[in-house]
Amino acid sequence: MIDLGPHAAFIWVSYAAVAVTVAGLIVWLIADGRKQHSDLDALERQGVRRRGSVGVR
Amino acid sequence: MQTLTQRLANPTRFMELSARLLPWISAASAILLAYGLYLAFIDSPADYQQGETVRIMYIHVPCAWLSMMVYGVIAVSSFGLLVFRHPLADVSAKAAAPLGAAFTFLALLTGSLWGKPMWGTYWVWDARLTSVLILFFLYLGLIALRSALEDEGAAAKLTAILALVGVTILPIIKFSVDWWNTLHQPSTDFTSTVDPSMRLPLLVMAAAFTLLFFAMHLKAMRNEILRRRVKALRTQAVAGRDRLAAHATTQGAAE
Repeated sequence: MIDLGPHAAFIWVSYAAVAVTVAGLIVWLIADGRKQHSDLDALERQGVRRRGSVGVR
Repeated sequence: MQTLTQRLANPTRFMELSARLLPWISAASAILLAYGLYLAFIDSPADYQQGETVRIMYIHVPCAWLSMMVYGVIAVSSFGLLVFRHPLADVSAKAAAPLGAAFTFLALLTGSLWGKPMWGTYWVWDARLTSVLILFFLYLGLIALRSALEDEGAAAKLTAILALVGVTILPIIKFSVDWWNTLHQPSTDFTSTVDPSMRLPLLVMAAAFTLLFFAMHLKAMRNEILRRRVKALRTQAVAGRDRLAAHATTQGAAE
């Protein structure tokens, strides 16, 4: 473990907060993208299609 | 001949191009982030005044930089929407707002966690800190205003106007340390006042965070385009059903 001196807790909490927030944003973006894709697929299965949409994702 | 902006005005073309760019930007960001963390923790010394807490600067400065840069992206996009009616401008502004709010929150939080051991307090109502807090509320205001209005066209325009009015906060943040007597240190001249051993990790982390933002922004824009397609298809499906129902009623009445 790296010795970060008497203020180590402040340093680790800072890095942990950034890591958790960035990871949260990435998970949210990926989950949102998957939801939009599955909604589009569901609509296309029902036969609802926009003109010229074939193969564009 | 079309300019790049005109070519990108087509959402379908944007989806194709962004799908190709996204893995490269994400990979470049991850590599730079790993290198930046190595420099920040292993290959850079403690500061002679700040001690080990200088390592907080390697994430605080990139977050603070992004808090302002992302607002700049929103302001340019808002201008693009109001003046040029660029089809992707509103998508860009909407996608950037939550990302900007997150980085501004992190700039405030990491600054506060650096302030306690260095200044002896988590918070002071200093011009720099207060103006960045206002920027954070501005981001929340943009998100809240958009979600409060059902009409998407009106929401886009009003949010763009608020974003352009709010852009005045950027020079206030930038020059707050020169205009007022603040506890926050003055602007840093990276070429002369930062030792090269600390300048490199700062610059690498700033570059990594900037690429990280662009990767997330592209992904958020792609999601927003897909969301609008889903909405348009649902509206189209409902309109189709209504037409069929009206046709059936007319036929029934005729018989």
